[in-house]
Amino acid sequence: MLLEVKNLSTEFKLKRGVVKAVDDISFSIDKGEILAIVGESGSGKSVASLSIMGLLQKPGRISGGEILFKSQDLTKLSRKQLQKIRGNQISMIFQEPMTSLNPVWRIKDQIMESIRTHMQVSQKEALARTIEMLDTVGIPSAAQRANDYPHQMSGGMRQRVMTAMALACEPELLIADEPTTALDVTIQAQILELLYRMREKFRMAVLLITHDLGVVSEAADRVIVMYCGKIMEEADVRTLFTRPLHPYTVGLLQSIPQIDEDSDKRLYMIKGMVPNPLNMPPGCPFSDRCDHSMARCTKEMPQLREISGHKVRCFLYDEAKEGELGAK
Amino acid sequence: MLKYIIKRILMLIPVLIGVSIIVFLIMRVFSPDPAPIVLGQHATQEAQEAWRQAIGLNDPIYLQYWHYLKGALTGDLGTSYYTKIPVVKEIMARFPATIELAVVAIILASLFGILIGVVSAVKKNSIFDNAGMLLALIGVSMPIFWLGILLIILFSGTLHWLPSNGRIDPLLQPAHVTGFYLIDSLIAGDSGDFVDALRHLVLPAAALAMYSMAIITRMTRSSMLDTLGQDFIRTARAKGIAEGRVIFRHALRNGLIPIVTVIGLQLGSLLGGAVLTETVFSWPGIGAYTVTCILKSDFPVVQGVVLLVAAIFVLMNLIVDVIYAFLDPRIKYAKKEV
Repeated sequence: MLLEVKNLSTEFKLKRGVVKAVDDISFSIDKGEILAIVGESGSGKSVASLSIMGLLQKPGRISGGEILFKSQDLTKLSRKQLQKIRGNQISMIFQEPMTSLNPVWRIKDQIMESIRTHMQVSQKEALARTIEMLDTVGIPSAAQRANDYPHQMSGGMRQRVMTAMALACEPELLIADEPTTALDVTIQAQILELLYRMREKFRMAVLLITHDLGVVSEAADRVIVMYCGKIMEEADVRTLFTRPLHPYTVGLLQSIPQIDEDSDKRLYMIKGMVPNPLNMPPGCPFSDRCDHSMARCTKEMPQLREISGHKVRCFLYDEAKEGELGAK
Repeated sequence: MLKYIIKRILMLIPVLIGVSIIVFLIMRVFSPDPAPIVLGQHATQEAQEAWRQAIGLNDPIYLQYWHYLKGALTGDLGTSYYTKIPVVKEIMARFPATIELAVVAIILASLFGILIGVVSAVKKNSIFDNAGMLLALIGVSMPIFWLGILLIILFSGTLHWLPSNGRIDPLLQPAHVTGFYLIDSLIAGDSGDFVDALRHLVLPAAALAMYSMAIITRMTRSSMLDTLGQDFIRTARAKGIAEGRVIFRHALRNGLIPIVTVIGLQLGSLLGGAVLTETVFSWPGIGAYTVTCILKSDFPVVQGVVLLVAAIFVLMNLIVDVIYAFLDPRIKYAKKEV
């Protein structure tokens, strides 16, 4: 296993109370695998990725669990030790390409900074590598564009630059936090294509954070569905799309518009709202929005149960045995 | 860029004409008649009248201004009513002292202001942040003459560490090349003069720097808090670069624009003469001198100084604007001009 997250919890201490943004999640990523974490805003998916990078800002902090990267617990490392891993073995690209690059430095300076931080190379070699990376991610006339400032590039170009920067040191794990959310649909497809190609080229693992199930179906090998800081369901991508178990996942899938469907049929909508993170119900966090809610759901938290590789947190499948699983 | 700079410098002309008209009018309308002050209380009415006639004060005001403007265009700003020395010479005799004080003060203020501001922003809400902000609050609210007096009492009076007035020991005669004693003594290779000039400079510069430092500190802190929250800072951290580099190379570099602006404005106002500081420390600069000239109705000198100060302000703003373009590649001036 490249990365193993065990019982990770992250909390934000606010004046009005403590928010558990990530609540006891465990997952792992193998070499070369693309794992997607899906969830709506506030589900804790971004916080989970920032926790792995050690980039949580106050008042957020990791309150429990382990993050084992190649069997080394990242939560126990000093800031200096983490800096050696960040941008080198694990790197990250962000949601906002328009603001994620420093506006006052040339593209090449920003990528070279990354290279020269982690690799013992000369200025010249770093520049050559920068141009090579820009070329790899599909920036036309890379040698000239390297001299551009971020404001001279489009959003899609900037996301390519971000990707080139993240991949410059050939990381083993790339965390992509909503890499396509801020982009046009056509550019989205290009960036996903790029990630896919880079995965093949550098044989790295990708942790893809997104709320877009379309993106998941195109890119991921395995999927985790998060809701209110908890993992609700985990399965490989085919299984999840063909045989979703959790009512939340089912709801998410049903709310994707289908082009061949009756046009006068209204799109399915999950009723209600995400509960206030400061005031979580004691039972299943999805219980008050769930069509299958039972009396037990509002009082007890269901456990994440694994049945032949497919994990789900729901009482509907409490008594289910192997072979009996099916969408209800 | 060059075009832009030239255009801005040309704009100095209408500004200076406007300023000169205003100060010309104000002096003649609101200031007491200079004749009895110049000639003394006991001068006869006839003598006063003759003096006014000779100096041109009886001419219609537009004619007076016309003569003044003609002179100004050839670099002649008139002569002081009292010393009979050309205004330009009077100003040049005192301006280096003011520049020396202002420059040293602004360097001190920027150095400490930016440092305290950055640390306060990085360690937001820590004890250091609170202490820094308290210091800044004291700096902006404490009257400068009061701070000056306190400094004199402590460092000159009680501790006898530093001299309390003047630019240099009157017994020392520094070579006069630039008028800046620090530079002159260095050129002459006289370390004794240099140290003495420096010792005289410490207290007034510190007093003068305090206010500017407070303003720069507050601006730096708020600008840094703003940039530290930006996405590209997270990117920089994600690259694994050292935190110091993140703070200075990425955050401070982006937050410099408002900081440079206040530094420029502060320097502009310091160069206009720090009246109170110069008075408290008997610093022979332009500020205290101008106030005396205003009280004595020495019109040509006051007009000359005001023009100088206006020009300095315009030029400081231009310099700040030019620095912007270097700090931020998104700022371009040249292309819009036709």
